Amino acid sequence: MGSDESYNFVFKVVLIGESGVGKSNLLSRFTKNEFSHESRTTIGVEFSTRSVQMDNYTIKAQIWDTAGLERYRAITSAYYRGAVGALLVYDISKHLTYESVDRWLKELFDHADPHIVVMLVGNKRDLDTLRTVPTEEGKDFAEKRGILFMETSALDSTNVENAFNEVLKAIHKKVASREVTRGSICAVTIGSPIGLKGEAQGERRSCCKSS
Amino acid sequence: MSNDGNKKQFWKRNAAKVPGSIQHVYGAQHPPLDPLLHANLIKAGNRPPPATPGKPKKATTFQEFESITSDAWDVGDDDDELLAMAAQNLNIEVVMETANKVIENHSKQQERQRQDDTTELEQRGEDTQEELEEEEEEEEENEEDRAGEGDRASPEVLFASQSSPHTEGRLVKSQSEAPIGSPKDAASEHAGLHRQRSLPHRPPVIPLVARMADQNTSGTPAMTEREASRLDKFKQLLAGPNTDLEELRKLSWSGIPRQVRPITWKLLSGYLPANAERRESVLQRKRQEYFGFIQQYYDSRNDEHHQDTYRQIHIDIPRMSPESLVLQPKVTEIHIDIPRTNPLIPLFQQASVQEIFERILFIWAIRHPASGYVQGINDLVTPFFVVYVFEYIEEEVENFDVSSLQEEALRNIEADSFWCMSKLLDGIQDNYTFAQPGIQRKVKALEELVSRIDESVHLHMQQYEVEYLQFAFRWMNNLLMRELPLRCTIRLWDTYQAEPEGFSHFHLYVCAAFLVRWRKEILEERDFQGLMILLQNLPTMHWGNEEVSVLLAEAYRLKFAFADAPNHYKR
Repeated sequence: MGSDESYNFVFKVVLIGESGVGKSNLLSRFTKNEFSHESRTTIGVEFSTRSVQMDNYTIKAQIWDTAGLERYRAITSAYYRGAVGALLVYDISKHLTYESVDRWLKELFDHADPHIVVMLVGNKRDLDTLRTVPTEEGKDFAEKRGILFMETSALDSTNVENAFNEVLKAIHKKVASREVTRGSICAVTIGSPIGLKGEAQGERRSCCKSS
Repeated sequence: MSNDGNKKQFWKRNAAKVPGSIQHVYGAQHPPLDPLLHANLIKAGNRPPPATPGKPKKATTFQEFESITSDAWDVGDDDDELLAMAAQNLNIEVVMETANKVIENHSKQQERQRQDDTTELEQRGEDTQEELEEEEEEEEENEEDRAGEGDRASPEVLFASQSSPHTEGRLVKSQSEAPIGSPKDAASEHAGLHRQRSLPHRPPVIPLVARMADQNTSGTPAMTEREASRLDKFKQLLAGPNTDLEELRKLSWSGIPRQVRPITWKLLSGYLPANAERRESVLQRKRQEYFGFIQQYYDSRNDEHHQDTYRQIHIDIPRMSPESLVLQPKVTEIHIDIPRTNPLIPLFQQASVQEIFERILFIWAIRHPASGYVQGINDLVTPFFVVYVFEYIEEEVENFDVSSLQEEALRNIEADSFWCMSKLLDGIQDNYTFAQPGIQRKVKALEELVSRIDESVHLHMQQYEVEYLQFAFRWMNNLLMRELPLRCTIRLWDTYQAEPEGFSHFHLYVCAAFLVRWRKEILEERDFQGLMILLQNLPTMHWGNEEVSVLLAEAYRLKFAFADAPNHYKR
């Protein structure tokens, strides 16, 4: 997580979903390889980074975590601004958290870039015996909506790396293929072979279409 | 004091009562103690006899109180002279400059010492603490007493394990002769302030997590004379038939001794009436009222319209733990082994404690539909609960089993916590109403304040596009509880409750002082990521009373300096 490492891209990815589904632990598992049963409720936004080595480039993933409670909308627009990826997380053992996925998607597209890469994540896969959301159901839903899908367990690490890596790859692909115009996706590059220029660090708010 | 008239004019601007005593307050705005001036005077052996002998009598006016009690950071009896000299040419610039110097010197010293032996660091810190605590001195407590105290320890600065023998592993209150900034040799010559400096061996482990609230644990060593005298003052105030709340606030500003904290908090918050006779009946009534709420509301928690509220509360409580579990970079640097599990978890894992919190929060939420329950409010119950529980227990809190308390006691603690928390929230409710306008406003105000008091820091944040909302939201929503150990929060709340609108107004200045306190670390970060991670993981795990005192002094200075400034960042 040092800022000294060189990297080609900085991608901002946000974690969203109901309170208690495991967003914070997904974050800590991915960026610090840590998990805690006693992690406290997230207040405001929390932030962590990790660099990922892809084939011939390095991506610095800037992962944002926030509280799931709706009341926390005070900082919503700031939260989504500049995000190029999102993990929409639910808890496979709590069907209620899956039921609000539609609402979250709506919020996401209300506030974030339309080209944002989204992955539906069914977390707490280790609680398979308490499962209330069948894998197929989640998978179908994702397909219908044109978003990625994966089931993970922050507790035992299952698929956590895969989930984030897949999202990051997909973002990179969009950026590389210039599927989106330069102005509408805020992937910051440094000496990128693709030629997208940006600021040295951080994101350019001016280029982001956010509400 | 002869120059009261001058002082009154000087302080005129603010209608609010002046917190603390008008004695020299290190780092705060009040005729600040000019270290050089002070050192010179002491050197000259200029010590007029004490103004009044013996124990302070009951003061009927503040002037009297002040003249008979040297509860400021008295270093001796030269107060009158010093104050006279200080007050003579007092204008804002001089005052600010001196205060700035003090703060600067202190910070410089702190930075220098930071990587050194922690004992050394704390002793320096204790210099400030020492000065800050001079307020607590009785006038007659003079150098003879102090010289005799070799290994005093103060529970307020005590972080070391309480199981060590008295002088070992304790933080010894530094008895450094010199006020901050003054040359050491000057101070060492004179008898007046001569204090022994002891350097006890201090183990490198800071079991800060093990000590949830230093000030509230028993098993601490015998009090220092200073502490004993402070406690006496409190007791006197509390003993009368009608507690002078004004005086109580002033005393409380500098910290409340653990033994009297429960009742003092209840008085300061307005929960308990000043009139001693009425207290019992009021308590009864309020407690009954709360129990009535439980009966009225609690059963409806699974009803459709209350379900969501209760459910959210129900998930949040088991996740509570007052101390941060995150290993902070600075901490790992100095190889401190912080247990990964929070010793307080046992407390919060007890079903009865969880239920208590759930009830308190649920009932509050139902009765305040404008905001309902918002994550973060749950944290605000903790200090009250912990402080009020301590009134009943003797042993350390780590292993405290709530079921050992009598049921009635627990119910009373619950009711008292509910009411006091309600009072607190009354003053900041717009922090939690829809869109949280109070927080937005305060964060904006913080930004503006910081832009004025530390332009470098402000520009630095701007340069790397760090938005204040991204880190300060939590500061406002949780009143810095997520950034500080619980013991510091408790100490902070002593002052917040003594200040007029401490939680809503003074808190802003504390946040500003807090941010700027880390200017060095902030300016060292040269990218967005680094800055964000720093700001969300500030290394305060080892903090105790002295750090909080410095913070408060600085906040007070800021408040004073900006109290009359343009309204847009006033409340």
